[in-house]
Amino acid sequence: MKNKLLLLFIISIFTIIFIIFYKGLKNTNVYTPDIKINKEVPSFTSELFYSNEVVKSKEIFDLDKFYLLNIWSSWCAPCRQEHSLLMDLMETKKIKIIGVNYKDTKKNAESFLSELGNPFYQIIFDKEGVTAIEWGAYGVPESFLIYDRKILKKYIGPLDEQSIKEIKFLIK
Amino acid sequence: MKILKLFLIIFFIFSFNHLNANNEEMKIKITKNLRCLVCQGQSVYDSDSEFANSLKVLVDKKLEKGFSETQIYDYFKDKYGEWILYDPELNKNTYLLWLLPILIFLIGGAIIFKSFIFKK
Repeated sequence: MKNKLLLLFIISIFTIIFIIFYKGLKNTNVYTPDIKINKEVPSFTSELFYSNEVVKSKEIFDLDKFYLLNIWSSWCAPCRQEHSLLMDLMETKKIKIIGVNYKDTKKNAESFLSELGNPFYQIIFDKEGVTAIEWGAYGVPESFLIYDRKILKKYIGPLDEQSIKEIKFLIK
Repeated sequence: MKILKLFLIIFFIFSFNHLNANNEEMKIKITKNLRCLVCQGQSVYDSDSEFANSLKVLVDKKLEKGFSETQIYDYFKDKYGEWILYDPELNKNTYLLWLLPILIFLIGGAIIFKSFIFKK
C-alpha cells in the first residue's frame, strides 16, 4: 500500500513537471517591456535637431492635439520602410509627428530627410540614445501615440498599414 | 608652507581620484545587474549593443547627478519593468521564487529529522 502511494506520488509529480515544461516550450523567451497605457509623458530635456535649442519634454506636447513620437535613424532599414507611411500620416494634418533621431549623425539624417521627405513637426537630436531610454524604448523604430501628455499607444518596430489605419481611427 | 601646499594639492588629487574610482566601481556593479533587453541573457556590462551603450551612458549621468544605486534601479524599473533587473525583488510574481528554496529546505529538514531522530 505504501509503495503504491509512493509510486502514485512520484508519477503525479513528474506529470506536473512535464506539463509545466511542455507549456513553457511554447512560451516566447523574448521579453518585451510592459506597455503602460495612459502613462504620463516622461520629463526630460533634450536638444532640437535644427536649432540646437535645449527644450523640456513638457513644452513639446503642450498643444491640444494628437502627437506621434517616432524614434528613427538613418542607419535603420525598417525606418526607411515606414517613412512613406509617416509622410502619409502627416498629410492628414490631424496629428503632429515628433521625431527622435536616435544615435545618428546630422549629415546622414539630413540626407535621409531630403531624400524621403520630412514628416516631422519637430526633431529631437538624441546622439547618445538617452532620450530613447526615457521613453522606455530599446530599439529603432518605435512609435508612441500621445494625447494630453499621456501615452495612449506604443508601437514597437516599424509601423505598417494596419497600425496607420488604427492611428487614423483613433485621432478622428 | 610650500610643503604644506604641496601636500594639500596631492591630497585633493587623491581624494578626487578616489571619488571617480568609486563611481566607476558603482557603475560596473549597477550595469552588471541590468539585463540587456536586445541581447537577452547578457548583462548591460557585458554587452556592446547600441541599447547597452546608451544605458551605460545614462548610468554614468545619473551617478554624476548623485543618484543612489537603488534610485537608479527604480528608475530603470519604472521604464522597462522588473525584468531589467537581474536581482528580482520579493513581490506577488516572485514570492514562489524566493520562498521555494526555504520551503524545500524545511521539508528536507523535516524528512531528515523524522527518519533519523525519531527512528532512534
